Amino acid sequence: MTRSLIIQSAGPGLSLQDMGRAGYLAMGLSRGGAADPVALVEGAALLGQSADLAALEMAGMGGRFAATCDLCIVLTGAEMQADLDGQALRWNASHIMPKGSVLTIGAARRGTYGYLGVAGGFDVPSVLGSRSTHVAAGIGVLPTEGTELPVGKQRLDQAGQFIQPLDRFGGGTVRVAPSVQTHLFRNDLQRFEKTAFTRDMRGNRMGVRMESETGGFGSDLGLTVLSEVIMPGDIQITGDGSPFVLLSECQTTGGYPRIGTVLPCDLPRVAQARPGDTLTFRFVQMDEALEAESAHRTALEKLSGTLQPMIRNPHDMNDLLSYEFISGVIAGTEEDTP
Amino acid sequence: MTDIPENRWPALRPMGIGGFLVSFGDQLSEPANRAALAFRAALERASLDGVEESSTSLVSCFVRFDPLAVAPDQMRGRLTEVLQVQDWYAAALPEGRRLWRIPAVYGTDLAPQLAEAAGAAGLSEEAAITALSETRVRVQTIGFAPGMPYLGELPKAWDIPRQTALTPRVPLGALCVAIRQLVLFPVTTPTGWRHVGQTAIQLFRPQSTNPFVLRPGDEVLFPAISREEFENCKKAGPDGGATSEVIR
Repeated sequence: MTRSLIIQSAGPGLSLQDMGRAGYLAMGLSRGGAADPVALVEGAALLGQSADLAALEMAGMGGRFAATCDLCIVLTGAEMQADLDGQALRWNASHIMPKGSVLTIGAARRGTYGYLGVAGGFDVPSVLGSRSTHVAAGIGVLPTEGTELPVGKQRLDQAGQFIQPLDRFGGGTVRVAPSVQTHLFRNDLQRFEKTAFTRDMRGNRMGVRMESETGGFGSDLGLTVLSEVIMPGDIQITGDGSPFVLLSECQTTGGYPRIGTVLPCDLPRVAQARPGDTLTFRFVQMDEALEAESAHRTALEKLSGTLQPMIRNPHDMNDLLSYEFISGVIAGTEEDTP
Repeated sequence: MTDIPENRWPALRPMGIGGFLVSFGDQLSEPANRAALAFRAALERASLDGVEESSTSLVSCFVRFDPLAVAPDQMRGRLTEVLQVQDWYAAALPEGRRLWRIPAVYGTDLAPQLAEAAGAAGLSEEAAITALSETRVRVQTIGFAPGMPYLGELPKAWDIPRQTALTPRVPLGALCVAIRQLVLFPVTTPTGWRHVGQTAIQLFRPQSTNPFVLRPGDEVLFPAISREEFENCKKAGPDGGATSEVIR
């Protein structure tokens, strides 16, 4: 029996993502991986499996998916409209997706990057130690209409649970540490921290541009810095003075000066901001930065202890019945799952 | 030795909370590039606790670490110790580097900007081919795309700017020139660098056990071949007729 999910139609920004390929910076290959790794950890907690398994990342818009076998799926990250054979599905939750059923995921309602995970993970071949699609490098599977994604060995007993997502949607304040060119912007740092930026329409897995009404930012050296190593989180000031925050699939070197770098724990907040959401940046000292990072990791580790059963929610009835059907305890639910 | 950067270098600076950048200058020079390569090699040999990854750019060595596993101050201390071992501007280049010979067709419809680039450098096409095919260049850094080398340094005549407009598409294997450097593309891409030669080498092979062909510090010659020889190189597999030997 093939165990897979077939993509019947695909939004424009589908990719497969895990935690990426670390260790190839020296060879010009950025780590890549999920734009919002927190969503992968939440999905993994709901499914009781490793966060290193690959899930479908959906930028702004999902698609239509059919199951070739009974699957246990999980929906995390940016909340999107989702239904299974016409029945609305709760986001941030795990569900049974019976063989032959069709899952439709529409536009994001809150956030940018939504994730569809499966128990067992999507089992496409690993390239350089990861299943992540790296669009710029041309590696990994690029899921499009008709792609059949194999699913790894799985258990189905994790369906019907809900998780309260970590707070990172709708913009907000993002903590920033200094980087190698921060001092070049010394005359502009205060104004930078006071500026309310909106996430521009321009943005992808490489980075997002920030807009403001207060005019651009400039360094003492203008744009004449030598190309240097860049990392996800770096805030480059581009030619027109606008900040551009680098995300997971950024290049490995860049020639624009950097005003600072977003703490790793706050980068999902940048990735998940929708066009028009407001973000502000606040420089923090090393002690505060390390505390924030440490608290974030603790929160991620504790996620699996925060699952809640979806018993009393009306949406849950469908899942509950499906669950029982799968485990064979009750019969007569076939009509619910054509 | 010329071009030794002024004495505020080398500089060890934090890059966010989990990175340090050890820079040997703020502009490209042969000693600064050599220092960066030699320092990274020493760092890899030292295999410091907590270092997760290191890389070099044109004049710097970048170190990535987990700041919750090793406190940044402690990492700074460890890096400073390695930095103080010797004068890195006087260091020898790392061992194990290789000399590559990668055959290239210059000009023709395969590399249509040779004449334009030669003109910008004030050279005849013949003189340009001689200069480009006989200058032994070093992989100064790898970046932009996976496995893509920046090679230098070319003679002064080649200090020509990038084009203001981008060429919409140069093919994989394209050899392009600007600012006394060559780049050799592992992907098909738009570029502002002028396309002067075409090779048949595939620099990024994600399915191979050796996915990245060139390493920082390697040296390369691009001997001129004819169109016919190029067709044979194309049939010769992903190396495209390239050969290498360890530099001793």
